[in-house]
Amino acid sequence: MGIIDLFQQLANGLSLGSLYALVAIGYTMVYGIIRLINFAHGDIMMIGCYLAYFGVLMFHLPWQISWILAVSLTSLLGVSIYLGAYKPLRRAPRISALITAIGVSFLLESLGLVIFGGRPRAFPRPAILDIGINVGGVYMISFTLLIPLMTGLLLLGLIYLVYRTKIGMAMRAVATDIETTSLMGVDVDKVISFTFAVGSALAAAGGIMWAIKFPQINPYMGIMPGLKAFIAAVFGGIGNIFGAMLGGFLLGMIEILIVAFMPSIAGYRDAIAFSILVAVLLFKPTGLLGETLREKV
Amino acid sequence: MIAIDREALIRKREKIRLFLNVILIGIFLVFLSFAEDVLDPYTVRILNVSAVYMVLAMAYNLVNGILGQFMLGPNAFIALGAYTVALLTMPIDKKAISYIIEPLIWPLNSICWPLFPSLIAAGILSAAAAYLLGIPSFKLKGDYLAIVTLGFGEMVVVLANNLVPITNGALGLKDIPRYVNLYWTWGCALLTYFFMRLLRSSTYGRAFESIREDEIAAEGVGIDVKRHKLLALTISGFFLGVGGGLLASLLGTIDPKLFSFFFTFNLLIIVVLGGLGSFTGAAIASIIFVVLSELLRAVESPINIGPIHIPGIPGMRMVVFSVLLIIVMLYWQRGLLGRKEISWDFILNRLYPLKEVEEVEGSS
Repeated sequence: MGIIDLFQQLANGLSLGSLYALVAIGYTMVYGIIRLINFAHGDIMMIGCYLAYFGVLMFHLPWQISWILAVSLTSLLGVSIYLGAYKPLRRAPRISALITAIGVSFLLESLGLVIFGGRPRAFPRPAILDIGINVGGVYMISFTLLIPLMTGLLLLGLIYLVYRTKIGMAMRAVATDIETTSLMGVDVDKVISFTFAVGSALAAAGGIMWAIKFPQINPYMGIMPGLKAFIAAVFGGIGNIFGAMLGGFLLGMIEILIVAFMPSIAGYRDAIAFSILVAVLLFKPTGLLGETLREKV
Repeated sequence: MIAIDREALIRKREKIRLFLNVILIGIFLVFLSFAEDVLDPYTVRILNVSAVYMVLAMAYNLVNGILGQFMLGPNAFIALGAYTVALLTMPIDKKAISYIIEPLIWPLNSICWPLFPSLIAAGILSAAAAYLLGIPSFKLKGDYLAIVTLGFGEMVVVLANNLVPITNGALGLKDIPRYVNLYWTWGCALLTYFFMRLLRSSTYGRAFESIREDEIAAEGVGIDVKRHKLLALTISGFFLGVGGGLLASLLGTIDPKLFSFFFTFNLLIIVVLGGLGSFTGAAIASIIFVVLSELLRAVESPINIGPIHIPGIPGMRMVVFSVLLIIVMLYWQRGLLGRKEISWDFILNRLYPLKEVEEVEGSS
């Protein structure tokens, strides 16, 4: 394999990794705040894709407007899921919340199947993202570069939001200690709802870009990216936004490079991701950038 | 107050219980001997599927409800059991025809076993897999355990898809001999039930439950937590494997898609609906689940009422079941029976109210 091929694979890895990173951040934010694995996150991503799809194909909106609408509607969906299904269980045993999250995940998938049908649909790719470009002999389609670029912008925006704004400070406070924060007069429910809104919006953005990269959408498309993104979040240290980014990029790279260098085991790529998860949890349970666990005994 | 010899009362109770159990099983066997001839094939099939789900749900409940460890990968063990039974029982010539892409590896391509040893092999293999999985993953707790076991379940599907010389890949296996009938399925369901109930009331079962309530305290009173967790998972793995084998022999065809997370989801609905921690609940919920999913087939197929045509909605069943799961979790977390079991004692205590005996935990 020549150096050109390597660069091509690295670019692919970068674009896949940035998608994982976007979705992983949603997991990590929700987990950091209410200690819940939001199983439905991948399916929220799927709904975002379908909204963008219908915006373009049914309502004939320009793709930019359709995407923005899809992202906003998806964040509303995220908030309603929290208010409807997770909020009543905030004081319940964590397993109950986890089972509910699995239920919500299946609800979204089967609703997707009922409403959108099981047949995969072709996602319309805007012409600007479909130009072949040649960077120093490495041939690639423009979205391979634009996906990491767009992800980078979104992540910068998110970092600004979390570390430089008042609501961001509230989010960090709730993540540290939910009880004390509520005693300080912070409306905890509002903060958690906002977190769900941001996380779901990022999932929708990630989903739309996923659909640009793999332009076939179906109601079950969210499962694998969702699981992989969760793995990425654990890999980087769950609860840590930078960890999720790092984990996402690393996982994407590892996957692409394994497929590129060892085509004979390419069929096992999903299994490899899970082996990474098991290894990380066994040897470094808090992930690469994880804080020390404050698990009560 | 008449002084009653407590020991004698308990012994009498045991006798009555045994008697009632024998009568019940007798009635049941008589029913089974008629059922295949009297009932239509559709009903027989529902009865068979219910019994297989009972075996699986009770085995799953042992880890999730009694031991209290949230395991999400029973589909892995079911798949292992199903493939074992399929590969062992399939006739040699059928195997030769089925494997189109790559031939089946030796020695599997030259053996053909009857059902019973195949089922036992399925159980043992699956129990061994459960034991091996348990060593690393039971170091984790709660959410992490859930996600790692879920990952294991997905991995088994990936393996089933890719180990073509053994599993025939995505094509799956057809022409598995359908040895299973009502005797097999309900026999296994009854055996599993009595085994689980005895296990629950044994010292091991109590140790499992104490681990569920408080691991640290259990460790404190001298329970080897790690060993007990592995034991429960291994037992569960055995019965999941046997159940998977029954399923393979009942369906006649299996493929990797059958053992995806959907299967785990179905079992999760059953144990949550029946009450996490109740074997009777899991058994009843299995029947409810299977019957309900048959009834809901009506929603998925087109209906014609006179001139009005209602188109069928494929996928509606899963919508109903996921809504059901969410509602149970939000408003009715105990499910049907919570952690209680239905037992003869409940009835006997109504007939002969003996306060002393109530304190003694009864087994069925």
